[in-house]
Amino acid sequence: MITAGIDVGAKFVKVVILKDEEVLERAKALVGFDVLKSASDLFESTLKKTGLSRNDIKRVVATGMGREAVHGKPSVNAEEVVSEVVADAKGAFRLVPTVKTVIDVGAEEGRGVKVGPNGTVKDFVINERCAAGAGTFVEAMARALEVKVEDMGPLALKSTQMIPMNAQCCVFAESEVVTLIHSKVSKEDVSRAIHDAIASRIGSMILRVGVEKDVVLIGGVALNPGFLPPLKRELNSDIIVPEYPEYVGALGAAIIASEPKG
Amino acid sequence: MFEMKSQEYWRWPEYRHTVSDKDWRNAKIITAGVDVGSVGSKAVVVLDGELYAYSVMRTGGVSEATAVKVMNWALEETGLKLDNLQYVVGTGYGRVNVPFAKKTITEIACHARGAHYIYGPTVRTVLDIGGQDCKAIRCDEKGKVLSFLMNDKCAAGTGRGLEVFADLVGVPIQDLGKVSLSVEEEPPPVSNTCVIFAKAESLALLRQGWPKEKVAAAYHAAMADRIVDLLTRVGVEKDLVTTGGVAKNAGIIERVERLLGIKPLKPNIDPILAGALGAALFAKALYEKEVGLR
Amino acid sequence: MLAHYGYKDGSGDYFVTIDTDKCNGCGDCVKACPYNVLEIIPNEYDIEGGDMAAVKEEQRKKIKYSCAPCKPISGERKLPCVIVCKPKAIGHSW
Repeated sequence: MITAGIDVGAKFVKVVILKDEEVLERAKALVGFDVLKSASDLFESTLKKTGLSRNDIKRVVATGMGREAVHGKPSVNAEEVVSEVVADAKGAFRLVPTVKTVIDVGAEEGRGVKVGPNGTVKDFVINERCAAGAGTFVEAMARALEVKVEDMGPLALKSTQMIPMNAQCCVFAESEVVTLIHSKVSKEDVSRAIHDAIASRIGSMILRVGVEKDVVLIGGVALNPGFLPPLKRELNSDIIVPEYPEYVGALGAAIIASEPKG
Repeated sequence: MFEMKSQEYWRWPEYRHTVSDKDWRNAKIITAGVDVGSVGSKAVVVLDGELYAYSVMRTGGVSEATAVKVMNWALEETGLKLDNLQYVVGTGYGRVNVPFAKKTITEIACHARGAHYIYGPTVRTVLDIGGQDCKAIRCDEKGKVLSFLMNDKCAAGTGRGLEVFADLVGVPIQDLGKVSLSVEEEPPPVSNTCVIFAKAESLALLRQGWPKEKVAAAYHAAMADRIVDLLTRVGVEKDLVTTGGVAKNAGIIERVERLLGIKPLKPNIDPILAGALGAALFAKALYEKEVGLR
Repeated sequence: MLAHYGYKDGSGDYFVTIDTDKCNGCGDCVKACPYNVLEIIPNEYDIEGGDMAAVKEEQRKKIKYSCAPCKPISGERKLPCVIVCKPKAIGHSW
């Protein structure tokens, strides 16, 4: 059976085409201003790569912040929508069957999910609607530091000292970063402070569902190597980052699409 | 320093003033207060408990240096020197250090005191909206603090949030409030409280063809909602007054009035001075105590 | 006097409120808190106020995160500071 999962996030839309247990194709694109168009374009181009047509896909399940934009709407025509925590749990469980805690940090939201038997959701906590709790924070700080987002992690890893950050708000933190740089604090140390701050925030929220091994980190921010060390420290636990962590939500949606309903 | 753009809509002008019908040479007690905010710094000189001179400047990177700068700028016009000041009280956010101040007093107490001077003894609720914080203070007829709340964590509901929007819609910040009131019909408030997300939401609205006034109105509406939420937590009792830089934004004040059904009193003195003014008045009381006049 | 420490941001309202008229400055809450959120300071708003409990300055802006471990999503919710306070001077808004 061939199914597809589409995760319409705040910044990126991700598509996964699944044939039985195998991922045929995965792709992502910026969401931009026209959500339906970006999602449809990506879906079509991904299908094209596999040589399949929409009719070959048994079911499409959508997840993510913008999932309603593709629910029953061409060309994606998702038959069903599921919440991010449900998709995350399913996807993480497929990749790491021993998972008990999933941490998903995206562009605008951070989530913690306690996984039950068979990849179901036992408990969850969401850190939402505040830019300081998600990937947007790292992006905004990258702008303030005048470095590329992808360089933030490597910079942080080269840091030689820990500096506390006072600001807990993205807007205020930008000013604080400028002040730190003016006081001759190195970019490496500032970047590390930024990662420490966001790991501390995410870590605290995860403690609300409890940390139980195995802990799996997914979502776009999982690609940031600077985020993992402070998060491990905050949770006092090893953390597994699967391959293609930003696609796990879409994978979960595709798996749900393949499961019998009811 | 901060974001340097070709058009700096967020940069409000600095200013100072000396009252012309007073002479410090006739005064018995000359005191001053310095309020170092995270965005703006204010210095006030008071003669025998009456407002005499003041200055308002943007807070630079080092707050101690700004404190000296803003005080000197206020004194310059008057002919007074720092030594002529018999007592100086410092206030402001965090562990602020005004190097030439004899004492530091919390900004909550200073704002309540300053509000009483500006608005009179009927003040019971003070709403202070500064550059990076928002305070709600309830006090009694003696100016004693009964309840307070300060929110300096989140940019929404602060001057900085408005600065971001001034930049976004391309309107100088001192005109932004008026512009937001020029809409024919009040649009729904932006759904995101978070300034970062509200900015993205507003960009989309601008792209959809919303005019500047409408976007400004939507943000002011959201900000007013949030401020009223905070006020309700401490409880609003008449008379309600406003202090801080954002008190000069008619777009916010009018919407807060609409939501509460209470009209805030109108100030005769620049409300941004409340903190420094309160500090200068505390300075007078402390000086009198010191020399045994009380 | 009611001192509300905390904030409201995009994700919600988070305030720890201390009624300084009820608080006797005993410090039991400071000892009970597992995350160093509270401290005892002189009452700076009321000269006759004595000592009072307060949220530490550096914790005020992240109180949602500081208090998160005591607020599990499921299971029994036990706030040590509230339980141990005899005069019932401390409260959480969330």
